[in-house]
Amino acid sequence: MRRTTYIVVAGVVLLFGLSWVLHAVSMSGEADGIERAFMITMAAFLTLAIYSFLYKDNPFYKFAEHLYVGVSAAYWMCQAFWSTIVGNLFPRLSEGLSNYFQQPYQASGWNITYWIPVILGIMLLMRLTEKYGWMSRWPLAMIVGTTAGLNFVRYLRSDFVVQVSSTFMPLLGEDPHRWQGFGAFISNLDLSATGQLAAIVSNWVIFFGVICGIIYFYFSKEHSGAFGRASRLGIWILMITFGASFGYTVMGRISLLVGRITFLFRDWLEIIS
Amino acid sequence: MAYLGVIISMLVIFGGLAWLLFRSIKGREVERRVIFVFIFVAVAAPILFPITFEEHASPVVKGLFDHIDTLPPGSRVLISFDYDPAMAPEVQPMANAISFHCLDRGHKVVFMSLWATGQTLLFNTLEDVIRPEFPDLIDGVDFISTGYKAGNEGVLNVIVSDFKKMFPTDVNGVPLDSAVIFDEINSCADFDLIVALGGGRPGPKEWVLFVGDPADVPIGVGVAAVVAPQLYPYYPRQIIGMLGGVKGAAEYESELAHRHERFKNMAQPGLKMMGPQTLAHIVIICFIVIGNVAFFRSRRREGR
Amino acid sequence: MRQQIPLLITFIVGTLLIVSVFIPPFGDLETTFNIWFDIIAVFAFFLGGGNLLRVHINKLRKRKRDWGFSIVTIVGFLVMLIAGLFKIGNPGDIASAVDAPGSLFYDIFNSVQYPLSATMYSLLAFFVASASYRAFRAKNREATLLLIAAFIILLGRTPFGVMLTYWVPDSTSLLQIPNLAIWIMNSPNLAGQRAIMIGIGLGVISMSLRLILGIERSYLGGDK
Repeated sequence: MRRTTYIVVAGVVLLFGLSWVLHAVSMSGEADGIERAFMITMAAFLTLAIYSFLYKDNPFYKFAEHLYVGVSAAYWMCQAFWSTIVGNLFPRLSEGLSNYFQQPYQASGWNITYWIPVILGIMLLMRLTEKYGWMSRWPLAMIVGTTAGLNFVRYLRSDFVVQVSSTFMPLLGEDPHRWQGFGAFISNLDLSATGQLAAIVSNWVIFFGVICGIIYFYFSKEHSGAFGRASRLGIWILMITFGASFGYTVMGRISLLVGRITFLFRDWLEIIS
Repeated sequence: MAYLGVIISMLVIFGGLAWLLFRSIKGREVERRVIFVFIFVAVAAPILFPITFEEHASPVVKGLFDHIDTLPPGSRVLISFDYDPAMAPEVQPMANAISFHCLDRGHKVVFMSLWATGQTLLFNTLEDVIRPEFPDLIDGVDFISTGYKAGNEGVLNVIVSDFKKMFPTDVNGVPLDSAVIFDEINSCADFDLIVALGGGRPGPKEWVLFVGDPADVPIGVGVAAVVAPQLYPYYPRQIIGMLGGVKGAAEYESELAHRHERFKNMAQPGLKMMGPQTLAHIVIICFIVIGNVAFFRSRRREGR
Repeated sequence: MRQQIPLLITFIVGTLLIVSVFIPPFGDLETTFNIWFDIIAVFAFFLGGGNLLRVHINKLRKRKRDWGFSIVTIVGFLVMLIAGLFKIGNPGDIASAVDAPGSLFYDIFNSVQYPLSATMYSLLAFFVASASYRAFRAKNREATLLLIAAFIILLGRTPFGVMLTYWVPDSTSLLQIPNLAIWIMNSPNLAGQRAIMIGIGLGVISMSLRLILGIERSYLGGDK
């Protein structure tokens, strides 16, 4: 078993080493050809290492997975440091630091208050210690309070009030299909996607669909009688919703696969342009 | 040659599906790796032997396209890159097409990001599309990249009232006070349009909640397919248009190619991806049908 | 004391942020709080990085299962950290973007993080396909509705859907699969998503109130 592993690893190293050499030769005219050849080979190796999981869990997949975790954690840390600590904090804390990092100093009498998030931030890091872990509750409280305060008003307005008001739609049609009377409706009756019937049916589905959907989520009353029937209609609307979501999910995942296979064929194997 | 390739691929795929149907009806197990091979071939074959289709923009895509197209040149547009590599195959084509469209129409574009990864992917758009296609445009005058800031909704809640307080400089440390493009921009309310590209959190939803609704700014979105259905309740009152997944990108590219001659000769990755996308969808539908046929047959057999 | 002060902080910050929406003079305070929040968020990233390092160093020290791969995580983390913090290979000066094209940070992102992230999620394409074959059954009326909606969307979002029903006349164009897909998205899907959105919205609102008023305290952990 151990010997097989060594042989496989050696084979993979040899294969990708060869790929690097071939790419480097084909890019020899470019200034950073060897480096670019290595990058493409590395990206291809990591792509295939992840796909090897489809066969079964293996050391190549584990290698790629562990590398991903380490690299992305450091990536986010560096970006956050340079963009927010250097870009927003230092220019408010010290003129010397601002000058060193070549950021415009933002003079203000209130700059002293920016030591508060620094202190809270350091308290948050105390979570890494067992003895002073409790100190992280203060910054956590600040984060929770800010999120709760921000979300309360925004969700109330955009996801509740506006959604409820948007649900009350004219059930007999609206512009450009304003209701002109029953005779006009019958004489123009068709199943066109842009016709009046489709618009009216849409408005009915939205109005009653939302109400029935909410009824389904209301568990304080037994779902029986008229309430139960409305709840049942709510389930059907939700099932269509989930079906649509499934369709879009398939579409999204396939797109990612297309992206990766295109990379392998175009950039690594160079078999398509 | 390409047609021959397409025909052979189709024969392999549909022959394989027939085999799968036969096997399933017989009640025999099919290894999951066989399914994996099917889906790989269904995606790989149209990439090797490209099939392209014509697309027509649906109303929800047209909403955003027309808004950008009818804004007077010189309008201020903010484009936010809030996505990561896992969404990039779907969202990057949208980002490239919308950025091209805005700059081609002569709008002043501010780029930013709520995702760290978005800043790096934004560099890819700058290098691949903006600099080669618009060599005469000046950074800081015609467009600017303010980059990424940490804090999710916290960032939005600051820029909705004071942009420079959160972004005192551009991504390269140049003060925004010295950038001509920011002469008349103080907050998000000064933008004529905001385009939020993404699919995670923070993303288009947060732009609607924290900027679009409070500041009354038109928001257009380009999102990964997975979240597109969830954003429909905001359309058309809270978002003016939406590009959902690669199909949305393809429709936008197609509309752009129809109405902007210059775009015809450019790369159209969204449209190219529709070939493999179509075949993969057909194969998945076949899987569902075959699975159900086998299920009902086995149920009938058990009933006897 | 260890419980009371955090509860007080949550109450004051949450209340001020709500009040600031209605009383403009509090707006500046709101902006300042938000910038504080953004700065603390960065420390949360540092906490995440520190914790990752701690977990993997522990694993390494105790020679736990797969400890060898912890070296990969630690080395990957340190290499990216050094490349980013010291801006190695960055063509600009200290003020330029950490991920400026040409820098080692940018190169590692494009050749390591990008393929890993994109490929990891693309694996789901295979699993979705496998699930479609094995688990997607029209067992009852609800499941059948879900299946039909999925079929129409899958077909309607591709040119194949156009080909299948191009012959349907304009007077019944709603029955063309692409139009049917658009209708599903704009009507039943919108209704279902809106019902879910209103439910979640109410949940977020009530949870925010519970947090601000100190009724919900689980985020503080135990009493220690």
